[in-house]
Amino acid sequence: MPKFLDPVAGFGVTFATMFRKVVTEQYPEEKKSTAPRFHGRHVLNRHPDGLEKCIGCELCAWACPADAIYVEGADNTDEQRYSPGERYGRVYQINYLRCIFCALCIEACPTRALTMSNEFELADTSRAKLIYEKKDLLAPLLPGMVAPPHPLVPGTTEDDYYHGRVDRAVPEQGVAVPAGRHRGDREGQR
Amino acid sequence: MGIEEKLPSGFLLSTVESLAGYFRKGSLWPATFGLACCAIEMMTTGGPRYDLARFGMEVFRASPRQADLMIVAGRVSQKMAPVLRQIYDQMPGPKWVLSMGVCASSGGMFNNYAIVQGVDHVVPVDIYLPGCPPRPEMLIDAILKLHDQIQHTPLGVNAERAAQQREELALAALPTSHLKGLLR
Repeated sequence: MPKFLDPVAGFGVTFATMFRKVVTEQYPEEKKSTAPRFHGRHVLNRHPDGLEKCIGCELCAWACPADAIYVEGADNTDEQRYSPGERYGRVYQINYLRCIFCALCIEACPTRALTMSNEFELADTSRAKLIYEKKDLLAPLLPGMVAPPHPLVPGTTEDDYYHGRVDRAVPEQGVAVPAGRHRGDREGQR
Repeated sequence: MGIEEKLPSGFLLSTVESLAGYFRKGSLWPATFGLACCAIEMMTTGGPRYDLARFGMEVFRASPRQADLMIVAGRVSQKMAPVLRQIYDQMPGPKWVLSMGVCASSGGMFNNYAIVQGVDHVVPVDIYLPGCPPRPEMLIDAILKLHDQIQHTPLGVNAERAAQQREELALAALPTSHLKGLLR
């Protein structure tokens, strides 16, 4: 090609780009789902009958490289039972202005109580609002679950819970969340 | 700032408020200012895939005199803090600060003598964005939340009233030394 056509060839690239596929993601309107194992906001899970999985062992807090997690355990009693074992996490706080989403806490958790969701829209206006309490992190009660505190399923022990042999709440434990009143929207909790 | 500060309270002021808010949020120019790894995500956000130009923010201004938004992207070392403050002071008002990532917001995992434990020790922060580093969508989300804040900025007498209200609340608030939290 003659040398004087070089600028035209340059514009040719620009022109051809107009016919190529647009890569722009229209983020707030069209949300692309994240990778399946994305490290998003934490969730404190529940057993199938609604009892909390967290046993207040503080292993997550010890594993945290940024000291973002604060846990305070307390003893379960027969009247006030929040988790199957001896203890439960009475205070559970994650400071999202320290958390680096490394998921070492998830690896440390012995009961799979702590997992991560794919939610990432966490920006807020003050430091205090970004310390998430237990009530913000707990998974919502699904239909059929009973809100703790309530006793174990009669005739079972904590081992049955840990081995997954308890799959639903029974009427002796209390009033279950009715079907259809599903509070699946975790954002609505805050 | 200008004539809008002199308007009487009521219909006229609220109309001007919403108009000014709309224009301000539609032409928010960030300062080119990256401190660490978060800056890489900030550059991606400006690139074609996430495209901040959709919100009128594609021009990262090299001079703080032409910028309204400072995105503090990355950890602020003690040595950088006065520089950061100078850049903030050089920006013309109205101006906003977005603290991007945990290091800028609170020091993050760098809880040591070299890093400022939160950029709000140096400049007033309007919105905090967690993440290490936050993905571009998280930054866009924070920017949109800031846009919402800018849209509802009071002006003139309304601003004075809001400031007065804030001061009253701050005076009535429990001092930090008296906060017990969930501790027994």
